[in-house]
Amino acid sequence: MKQKSQSVMRFLTGSAVPILFITISVIAIPLSNYSGLYLAREIVTRLCRDSFLVLSLLIPVMAGMGINFGMTLGAMAGQIGLIFITDWGINGAFGLFMAALIGTPIAILLGYFGGIVLNRAKGREMITSMMLSYFVSGIYQFFMLYLCGNIIPIKSPKLLLSRGYGIRNAITLNVAGGFDKLIRIPIGKVYVPFGTILLIAAACIFIMWFRRTKLGQDMRAVGQDMGVADASGIKVEKTRIESIIISTMLACYGQIIYLQNIGTLNTYNGADQASLFAAASLLVGGATVSKATIPNAIIGTALFHLMFVVMPMAGKNLTGSAMLGEYFRMFISYGVVTIALVLHAWKRHKDKEMGRALLREISSENTGK
Amino acid sequence: MNRVKEGIRNFGWPRIIIGLFLLALFIAGPFFGVATDMSLNDVIVRFGMNSVLVLSMVPMIQSGCGLNFGIPVGLVAGLFGAVMSLEFRLTGTAGILVAFAIAIIVGAILGLAYGLLLNKVKGDEMIIATYVGYSIVFFMNLLWVALPFKNPSSVQGFKGQGLRVTISVQDYWFHQISDILAIKITNNFVIPIGMILFFALMSFLVWAFFKTKTGTAITAVGSNPDYARAAGINVDKMRVISVVLSTVLAAIGMIVYQQSFGFIQMFSAPLAFIFPSVAAILLGGASVNKASILNVVIGTLLFQGILTMTPSVINSAISIDVSEIIRIIVSNGMIVYALTRKAR
Amino acid sequence: MSKENVLLSVENVGKQFEGNRVLKNINFSLEKGKILGLVGENGAGKSTLMKIIFGMNEIADTGGYEGEIYLDGEKINFKSPLDALNAGIGMVHQEFSLIPGFTAYENILLNMEKTKPSIISKIFGKKFETLDRQEMKKIAKDAIDTLGVQLDENALVSEMPVGHKQFIEIAREIDREKVKLLILDEPTAVLTESEAEILLKAMRKLADSGISIIFISHRLREIIEVCDTIVVLRDGVVVVEKPAEGLNVRQIAQWMVGRDVAGRKAVQVRDVDISESNKDVILDVEHLWVDMPGETVKDVSFSVKRGEIFGIGGLAGQGKLGISNGILGLFPAGGKVLLNGKELPLNSTFNALKGGIAFVSEDRRGVGLLLDESIDWNIAFNAMQVQNRFIKKKLGGLIKWRDDKAMKECADKYVNALQIKCTSTKQHARQLSGGNQQKVCLAKAFAMEPSLLLVSEPTRGIDVGAKALVLDSLRRHNNENDTTIIMVSSELEELRSICDRIAIVSEGKIAGILSPDADTAEFGLLMSGLSNLNEEGEEQ
Repeated sequence: MKQKSQSVMRFLTGSAVPILFITISVIAIPLSNYSGLYLAREIVTRLCRDSFLVLSLLIPVMAGMGINFGMTLGAMAGQIGLIFITDWGINGAFGLFMAALIGTPIAILLGYFGGIVLNRAKGREMITSMMLSYFVSGIYQFFMLYLCGNIIPIKSPKLLLSRGYGIRNAITLNVAGGFDKLIRIPIGKVYVPFGTILLIAAACIFIMWFRRTKLGQDMRAVGQDMGVADASGIKVEKTRIESIIISTMLACYGQIIYLQNIGTLNTYNGADQASLFAAASLLVGGATVSKATIPNAIIGTALFHLMFVVMPMAGKNLTGSAMLGEYFRMFISYGVVTIALVLHAWKRHKDKEMGRALLREISSENTGK
Repeated sequence: MNRVKEGIRNFGWPRIIIGLFLLALFIAGPFFGVATDMSLNDVIVRFGMNSVLVLSMVPMIQSGCGLNFGIPVGLVAGLFGAVMSLEFRLTGTAGILVAFAIAIIVGAILGLAYGLLLNKVKGDEMIIATYVGYSIVFFMNLLWVALPFKNPSSVQGFKGQGLRVTISVQDYWFHQISDILAIKITNNFVIPIGMILFFALMSFLVWAFFKTKTGTAITAVGSNPDYARAAGINVDKMRVISVVLSTVLAAIGMIVYQQSFGFIQMFSAPLAFIFPSVAAILLGGASVNKASILNVVIGTLLFQGILTMTPSVINSAISIDVSEIIRIIVSNGMIVYALTRKAR
Repeated sequence: MSKENVLLSVENVGKQFEGNRVLKNINFSLEKGKILGLVGENGAGKSTLMKIIFGMNEIADTGGYEGEIYLDGEKINFKSPLDALNAGIGMVHQEFSLIPGFTAYENILLNMEKTKPSIISKIFGKKFETLDRQEMKKIAKDAIDTLGVQLDENALVSEMPVGHKQFIEIAREIDREKVKLLILDEPTAVLTESEAEILLKAMRKLADSGISIIFISHRLREIIEVCDTIVVLRDGVVVVEKPAEGLNVRQIAQWMVGRDVAGRKAVQVRDVDISESNKDVILDVEHLWVDMPGETVKDVSFSVKRGEIFGIGGLAGQGKLGISNGILGLFPAGGKVLLNGKELPLNSTFNALKGGIAFVSEDRRGVGLLLDESIDWNIAFNAMQVQNRFIKKKLGGLIKWRDDKAMKECADKYVNALQIKCTSTKQHARQLSGGNQQKVCLAKAFAMEPSLLLVSEPTRGIDVGAKALVLDSLRRHNNENDTTIIMVSSELEELRSICDRIAIVSEGKIAGILSPDADTAEFGLLMSGLSNLNEEGEEQ
């Protein structure tokens, strides 16, 4: 009996965030007056747009480094790739592949740098990765504003600011829809971009396969106990760096997929929120800082964006003010990350206590014998 | 030679580099037509505006709660105090005192809740504080729109509902502290003695607090919580006290800022204060678990110096605006540097 | 002993840490397929010796060792434990080194996983080969079967009983391809009796298959039962190397503790009546349990007379440290503690301190000191927080202000009295040497002017000179202020030189209370958890 109530409690604390979210959505959907078809279309679009970015967070979680808010570094690499192929006038899916090709070495370099920094901040990786992304964002802006068009050749005047150098803030992408339009099949009245879905499926397969490799196993070991992993001869620091590199690369491709769907590139603050929304999606899906699965990522993306679509309209219909809905959804986005992080930190303390209580029982049993 | 090296190491390379850079800017300024007295004026005024906010970092760092990335918890209390004072249409000294009083009360309540939360998440304070800060700002945004504020100078003109993004305090308590005993040196250079004195007063209170029995206990908790526990100290309580103190100071700092700036910046504005405040105290030589008032003074002067001087001097020198980017790189770089330093 | 059959031979090995000699002229050898029992008190040098053989980094970091070690006739000098593993030495540590979220078989094959190559791995390298879980399970199962224990290779380690974890560790070591030598450090400490039986049998089986084993245990009976030879270490020297055949527990215990009482400095100035008839009891402990990780106290009762120095000894991990930490409320505790006849609420450090108890922690740097604060803070802090001393009241008591001047005066007094070497009382505690740091900890306790002083491991890790000073100052404090002292220490000699009575703790309980003049072998037997000598003798 005690066991049963404990497992119920465990399930509740484990899925408190998704339950909370589903509740909010269930209340808000009727209030928004959106049709089911509209919502279905929106969800499909947003799932295709965002899932890849969310998936890029999984591997550092496995390596015990928490949520890699430094995925923004990869997003920046992807944007650099897109700007170059736009300048060179390469279109369609091929252009996107070229952008990924350009972005990859940059992402590897940034990921390597990020990994080294995070190795020096063990135990506070998340805040450090977040600050690192803001720091690199400064360098990225410097690169875009002053080097592009000056030292880095950019020909297209459409990309450059009127002063002759520096990239404009809003860039229309020629490659818009490059993946989405590839295999676009209507199911019912909803158009489903199978091209993009194939890429997302590829990412999922990659992650599943990766978990089964030796390197994946090493990462799991490092993630659970660095000391033990080190004693068994696993190169802890190197493994952690590799996990960040992979995450950064995936984030680079994820941002390219995201932007080909959006169609315009917001050069200077487009990447900033990538990590917030990705982190929130993952956590809404029931993931924690130490355990995240592919279903967590996909379900979380769907749920989070459902709320994101519905909330402003629901807020407007309820209160007559569109602003309220807007603020409310921002509050929820940040709030959900806060709650998920707090629950996880709190649960970790509880588990430690429970483990010790268990130890005490065992030792008292032994004396009893 | 060794002593010189030791001294440099204690003072820290980041401070020396930024300090020399700032000095170079001051020397170069006149050659590019930047008036030195105006620069000095800007630096000192900005010091006065921001120093209390930076000071609010000290209690939490000292108690081991880390850098207060959740400073918006205090800032929104400051905003609340300010708009309530306007709501009562109080002007002059009475206006600012009421603003302070309300801000302190709200700050203490929010700080208490914030402190209790941080006790639940020991070891992860900083990342969670960041998100708590963001969450509360957007939560308060809901209130700013929804609460029935009446004063026409704070309410959005055409709708009559919800607060403006920036609210002028010109007719209420503009420069109430800045103008106390202000000394005019040149036309461009007025020392806001009032603000400096106010910062000195706040610093004295913080200093005095850390000289009391409780303050001593808080320092010990930050230095080694296990030691403190073995001395019979309630570690959690000490941490909550420090968080309340930090939050209240941030609320006060917000109002000092507003009275000098002349406007209350509502809505998402508090978010812009997080990283500069954290970076400033680190630039002043604080680490993730030790900070002093000297760190606050040096850090705020250096940081605000860079903020003031780079736009004016560098932009006139090479006629491009890199100041914003320098600010981002210096402040965020400083925080990354502090986070990656080996905790002693 | 035929030379070609020798696997490990240790020749003239010695080691010192910063001038502190731990091992001297160690000689012994181990044949293939034999089990060697290594016995000794804490601090006898067992773990240092094993660290040398296993190539632990801290040995090289502190200047290496003297003498030579040969494995299979080849001289070894490992740079890291990984070299030792590759050379065929496996070691099972006292602390578990298992990944909790991994299954048993994943742990057994940690970093030795079986993998299958694929096209991708041929391009990107071996790290991208996928795991062959079926093969891994098979190997793990074989290893478990070799040990003869029943456990599921698919179970998560975090959900296993402690005993099973121990077996998994051993399974991991024997699974290494060319393991020749296995070092087991107190493997039976966490096992139930039946599990220990299984383990001993498994050890015999392994030995018969040609693997040599070094077995460290404080359970002397197990040593006699399973070992071929016995090596007894005392004070860094091999005192006995003998075949186990025909030895009895009492003899070994005697060798282990050694030293006769004759050399003891008997400076007993005061006379405390420690007989039952003395009813002036300051501390009465009844059925105390303490949940301190690694030092669990299960059921402890004793009482301490006013003015005496009460020693608590025993081997590491048996729970002696838990007693002092539990009374002070630093770890969850239960039972009943009476201080001066009044019940002391447990789990409340403040009340314990307020009641007149002072505590010197065994964890000097972790709990005992504010390393980044000045000496005067360190000394005066407790007295200030608990007893409101060193405080100036301002505004009619509304503000309690720290009295820096009084703190400095107090610190100066103790710096002189205890000869703490420092530049000034403003120096940070971190910059002091270990011995001086310990004196600061003592000063902190003395400054509270306690009626009962709990001292845990006061001489751990400090040099000989400082040791004498620390013990002297304890004795003097006891003498001059009539302070009752409970001293917990692993060093029996030290306890015997200063205490009026000595309780020996074994497996979380008090095995017995002895007079410091009691026979050496008695102490040794109590430490090994054997209280009844005659019965033991008969069993042999």
